[in-house]
Amino acid sequence: MSAPVIQISSLSRRFGEKNAVDHLTLDVQAGEIFGFLGHNGAGKTTTVRLLNGVLEPTSGNAKVLGLDPLTEGPALRARTGVLTETPSLDERLTARDNLSFYADLYSVPRRDVSGRVHSLLTEFELAERADERVGGYSKGMKQRLALARALLHKPEVLFLDEPTSALDPVAARHVHSLVEDLARRESCTVFLCTHNLVEAQKLCDRVAVMEHGRLVALGTPSELTRQYVKRLDVDLEVDPAQMELALQTLQQFPQLLIGPPKQEKDILTLTLSGREAIPELLSGLVQKGLHVYRLAPQEANLEEVYFALNGGTQ
Amino acid sequence: MNTRAILAIVRKDLKVAVQNKGVILPIIILPLVLFVVVPWIMAYGSSLATATSTSFSNVGEMLERMPAGLLNELSGYTPDQQLIVFTLVYMLAPMFLIMPLMVSSVFAADSFAGEKERKTLEALLFTPTTDRELFTAKLLGAWVTAVTVAFLSFVVYAVMVNAAGWQSIGHLFFPTWMWVALVFWVTPAVAGLGLVVMVFVSVRAQGFQDANQTGGLVVLPVLLLMVGQISGVMYFSLGVVLFVGLVIWLLDIVLLWFAGKSFHRGELMTKF
Repeated sequence: MSAPVIQISSLSRRFGEKNAVDHLTLDVQAGEIFGFLGHNGAGKTTTVRLLNGVLEPTSGNAKVLGLDPLTEGPALRARTGVLTETPSLDERLTARDNLSFYADLYSVPRRDVSGRVHSLLTEFELAERADERVGGYSKGMKQRLALARALLHKPEVLFLDEPTSALDPVAARHVHSLVEDLARRESCTVFLCTHNLVEAQKLCDRVAVMEHGRLVALGTPSELTRQYVKRLDVDLEVDPAQMELALQTLQQFPQLLIGPPKQEKDILTLTLSGREAIPELLSGLVQKGLHVYRLAPQEANLEEVYFALNGGTQ
Repeated sequence: MNTRAILAIVRKDLKVAVQNKGVILPIIILPLVLFVVVPWIMAYGSSLATATSTSFSNVGEMLERMPAGLLNELSGYTPDQQLIVFTLVYMLAPMFLIMPLMVSSVFAADSFAGEKERKTLEALLFTPTTDRELFTAKLLGAWVTAVTVAFLSFVVYAVMVNAAGWQSIGHLFFPTWMWVALVFWVTPAVAGLGLVVMVFVSVRAQGFQDANQTGGLVVLPVLLLMVGQISGVMYFSLGVVLFVGLVIWLLDIVLLWFAGKSFHRGELMTKF
């Protein structure tokens, strides 16, 4: 396996008494879509700033594309693209002027600037209003333009800070497919900061969960659900004529069930204490003469992981 | 240094600034008043004073209070001409310095505090531009604009002064060597002072207007020079102008050194 694209070792940043990032250690592999989850103030944005050499760490170190953000910031930032949480666009300039300006800053070859700007404006469906001032754009259009700006110089690592927070579902889906395309086709590594857990579940190969600047979980979404979500919802379908018998039988397994079953038409939804409860329950149901048509575990999602880690309720 | 990036920032800052009425209006109105309207009023007022003799005794007193050096410089003129030359050439000289000071500080306020207000700085900090390039570009835009506007104002003022005084004096009497030094030696230094002060002010200001109000205090030393000139405590001879310029350049260097030292990404990201 090649060296990780992002290597973070015990990275910390304090603001006064507050630890914005607290001894963070993790690696991100090339071509990965890496989700960085956490609520507001968890340290996501500060981490992006540290990894791009925009903020200096209090202690620890990091390497991005083999470069030290602290000492090789300009060279590093030439190879990364960042979509900041707010679009950070010059609203008195047109979309085309905004992109052309940043093309100069990212040293996009002069002969390519006009074509590159045009193709991005077209891709993000902004070409028709390219020569209007950005101040008149909707939030979604601004966000799309900011994303286009982050891609101007074809970055090898793309940092996205809440990329779809201002977008409607259609625009958000467009961004999702674009991010997937970038990672799969162009091998761009994506570091996705989000508190949209559905988005993370859908896009990310691995995720890290942050809380108060500390890393509290790291792994693939399925690893995390296995590790942190102990309870398991299953759908049970039996012969409809045996529904009463099924409900009576289930009462004999209080040690396997959390709460009473929920019935919707001919399907019962049970919450089990864990995956290992399935064989015992199935065997008990069959022994009682029930015709079990289906016993299907529902895949736990990152939302449940997130709440499990935060000790909250769903 | 990435000159392409520096020039791009300068161009962008100018493009953005000229769309701000708070920037562009004072740049149009101030020179119009100071360098077009005032010379005519001064010249007309001086002629009127000498013609009617109503306040001639006061003028006489004023001329008596003038330092010997200045009287010596005015010795080739008749008393009524002396008054015109004194007002147009000497009294307004410190006022000229308000121009580069104001333009540079207004531009710098829009470039630094305005960027903070518009929340556009963050994306800029994520580009490969180095801290030094960013600092240079931000200063250069405001400084070049201020110096250019001041130079243009000087040309306009030269035409207006000679035109306004022509009837009384009958020949070109402006610019003097003092003014040449004032424009080409002191003006760039004063422009530098205006913007470097605004860099410090912008760090704490909430936005363009806030920075502009606080930074406006930088005109106070210029007003002191004016008072000194009018009250006869000092006058703008060539030597004084060269010395004042030197002091301001030295002040610029010291302040720039401090500003440059504190101008780095981490600081900007936390304070902006």
